[in-house]
This record gives sequence, structure tokens and C-alpha cells, in this order.
Amino acid sequence: MNKNETINVPIKSTGVETVIEIINLKKSFGVNEILKDVTFKLHKEENLVVLGKSGSGKSVLIKCIVRLLRPDSGTINVLGKNVGTLSRDGLAELRTKIGFLFQSGALYDSMTVRQNLEFPLRRIKMKLTKKEIDEKVMEVLENVGLADVIQKMPSQLSGGMRKRISLARTIIVDPEIMLYDEPTTGLDPITSDEISALINEIQKKYKTSSIIITHDINCARDTADRMIMLNDGEVYLEGKVEDFENSTDQFIKSFFMKNDK
Amino acid sequence: MTRKGNNEMKKNTSVSKIGGFSWLQAKMHSDKPIGLVVALFRFLTDVADFFLFSMRVFKESFSRRFEGREFLYQCYVIGVKTLPLISVTGIVIGMVLTIQSRPVLVDFGAVALLPGMVIISLIREMGPVITALICAGKIGSGMGAELGSMKVTEQIDAMEVSSTNPMRFLVVTRVLAATLMIPILVLYADGLGLMGSWVGANIKGDVSFVLFFSQAFSHVEFMDFLPATIKTFFFGAMIGLVGCYKGYSAGRGTESVGRAANSAVILGSLLVIILDLIAVQITDILAS
Repeated sequence: MNKNETINVPIKSTGVETVIEIINLKKSFGVNEILKDVTFKLHKEENLVVLGKSGSGKSVLIKCIVRLLRPDSGTINVLGKNVGTLSRDGLAELRTKIGFLFQSGALYDSMTVRQNLEFPLRRIKMKLTKKEIDEKVMEVLENVGLADVIQKMPSQLSGGMRKRISLARTIIVDPEIMLYDEPTTGLDPITSDEISALINEIQKKYKTSSIIITHDINCARDTADRMIMLNDGEVYLEGKVEDFENSTDQFIKSFFMKNDK
Repeated sequence: MTRKGNNEMKKNTSVSKIGGFSWLQAKMHSDKPIGLVVALFRFLTDVADFFLFSMRVFKESFSRRFEGREFLYQCYVIGVKTLPLISVTGIVIGMVLTIQSRPVLVDFGAVALLPGMVIISLIREMGPVITALICAGKIGSGMGAELGSMKVTEQIDAMEVSSTNPMRFLVVTRVLAATLMIPILVLYADGLGLMGSWVGANIKGDVSFVLFFSQAFSHVEFMDFLPATIKTFFFGAMIGLVGCYKGYSAGRGTESVGRAANSAVILGSLLVIILDLIAVQITDILAS
């Protein structure tokens, strides 16, 4: 890693506050170079959509942000802290401010919906009383419109419901940053739209800053304040939704047209 | 990089990921038939990974925050839920041992030694080894499959980003529960084995409960119990470690879950037998 990664780099104020800054990120698996040189910023209270083909390294990118994967080189600053150099305790502290929605939902199979929701709450907000925990659980369940499934096991829920409960589990600890990994993958168009609407609602209600990894153009259109296209391990295009839709670039056009069909 | 950062990186480094062996690693992941050198390399990296994993579990066991509730739940899962299987096994072992041995002892006019022979066999060898092998099958495969499927479905990652140390929550609790519960299950199996033996002795003969048990315990010394009980703690730890290691290091596909469960049973059983051999040798050396 570079020498400059030994210190926590404060994020400079340029009018818009930056919550995540990624600089020259590289990640390989064996001989496969997944991320070659990725640099971008996430601003406070914005929804940044990261588009790209399957296997373009989108999921690897957000896993590097929470250090589920370690990059080969490059710097990731989250809320002013260099993720690569944080101690285990420092990383645990930072992760309490980040919500991560996994592609598969990743609900704990052996726990009920209530236990799934209480799990992060009891660990991150340890001072809460039983009554406060119950209230918080009901609040997030009502936010995702599934207050009636509280005693069910994850195996008794549909794909869309699992995604919603997973989202509820993520927002229950009031994160400042949300990372969504393919939030609408495997869902029907109506449920996908509901999830997209939920992402927007969460952003408004909890004032979160979000990175949404997807290859679902409809979800991207519905949620994005800004978009990034990853291709061949690098940022191919960065801009507003209109910039992408009006792009004359063949790759961007084919991506949007294929998805619109 | 800071010193803490370096330490952190060391913790997350498995031997198989250390550079310098790229040609071997490429071969290991190819579909072509593997040579002896590659197989040996794979075996050694697996052994080293297991060793590092065990060291990490040991270190995490002494961390400040102990997952007490999960530990108690795992004790319940390992202890209480295995009781029916262990009960049947214990009774059957005791009965079979008695029914098989009785005719020979009758021929030699030594039928009075039957309770003593059964209890020594049960305490020293049959109880610990057979209970541990049953547990390697039931508990080891359960741990391998559960943690493997949690890995495949990103539940372990989800736990990690919830500021929960999955090694401490999932692995340490299971290993400690297995280490504590398997000796208890062994003692329970020994007791039921002796009951089964009394039933077996009464199928063809007639011996009272009190006489049978007093004859049995008159042959047992403290040193029969101690080494046999100590080794069951190691059996428990090994079954827990192997089950968790195989599940925790499972690959990405669903196929790897089955493979993790399967290899947890095979390796767990094999290591129980090897540990037993070592324990017997040590006991023998200390006794002589």
C-alpha cells in the first residue's frame, strides 16, 4: 500500500460534503484484475448509482468500502477515516455508521424476523431498553410495510419480503451511509419499483448517503442523483441520469437500450 | 501502513493466499488431474490454514466480550439435542458388549468379572470414542453445513458489517460448547452403557442391580476416569474446530456446503481416532 495511507486523510470541503472518497482503487483475484483504477466520491445525502455489467466489480467495490475485501492498493476514506488503516475496533466503530444491503438479503435463517432486527440493534445500541428496542423494531417494520411478519422465519417470506426485512435490519441502527448491492435483482418489476421507492423514502427520512450497485436501469433511473458506469475495471462515465440517457457512446447506449427492452 | 494495520492484515492472511506459489495455486484450481506435489502442497496449506484458524479461535476465546447467550444456546443444541442419539447408542453398546463377552467369561468361570470388564471398557475406550464419533457425525456435519450455508448466503458477511465478530459469535461459542458438552455426553453414555450391560447380563443370567453395580465400581479407580475424561475435552474441541473450520472456509457455491459438511465428518472422525491413539500412548507412558 502507499505511504499516504498511514494517515487518516480529512475530506476537504468543496461546498458539497463528501462522505466516501475512493482514490485509485485496485483489486485482483489471482490473475483476474477486477478493479484496475477506480476513483470517485459520494456526497452527503445523495444517491449514487454504480452501473456495470455482471462481473465488472461492482460488488467487489462496495465490499472494499466496508473492508469485507481488502484492496490491493488505493485509498478509501469513509467519513474522514482511511478504511485500510483502521484497527479492528476502529473498523467496527465505522461499520456502525454504514448499512449494507446484501444481494441475497443475508437474513439469519435460524432467527425470526424480530430476532434478525434486534440482532444489530442489541450490538450497536447497547444502552436501549427492551421497550425502546420493541418500538424501534415496529417502527422499521412499519416503514417497510411488513409489521405483520414479525414472528415469521425468513424461509416463510417471499423474495421481495426478504429484501424489505433485510432493508429494515439495515436501517434499524440509523446508518449515515447505505450501500445497496443489487437491491432489485431477482424481483418482479412491481416489487422492484417498490424497493426503488423504499430506497428513496429511506434517503429522505433518514438523510442517508447511498451507493446503489445495480444493472437494473429502471432502479437506477428511479433512485439516482448521480450515476457511475464501471467498465473494464475503471470508471467509464460519471454524470447525471440525463447524461447517460443522452450519451452517444455505443457501450452506454447499448447498455440502456438492452435494459429497456 | 501502521503497525495495527499490519497486524490486522496478518490475521486475515491464510497460508494458501501467500504469494510465491502462484504456479501451484493455478494448478490447484485447474480441472486437470493434479500431481503428487500439488496434492501435497494442497494438504500442507490446508493443515497450516487449520492451525492458523485454531490459533485465532484460541485467541478469541479469551477476548473481553464473550457471547454468553449464544454459548448457552449452542450447549443446548449440542448437549440436549444429541441426547436421544447418545442414549440409544450408549444402551446398545453396553448390551452388545455384555452379550458378546458373557459366553467367553462363562467358559472360563469368570462371569463375576463381567461388570468390571464392561465398565473399564466403557470408561476408558468405548464410551469416549463411540460418543465422539457419533458427535463428529451429528455435530460436526451440522456445524460444517450451517456455517457453510451462512458463508454462501453472505450471512457471515452481514454479521461482520453489523459490528459483530463472526469468529467470536459463531465459532468460539460452538467450539467451547462442544468442548464442554462432549465430555458430559460421554459420561452420560457411560452410565447408560452400564445400564444396558445390566439388562444384557439379565437376558441369560440373573444379577441384581445393586450387585452388578457394586461389582462394576469395585474395579474402577480414579486413574481409569481421569485420562479418559481429559481426552474427551480434546475430542470435543477437535470436533468443534474441524466442523467450524470446514464451514467457515467453504467456497461460494451450494456444492461447497455439502462438501464442508462431508469433510467435517470425515476429518473430525479421523482426528478423534488419531487423538485417541495419542492419548492412549501418553496414558500408557505415564502409568508405567
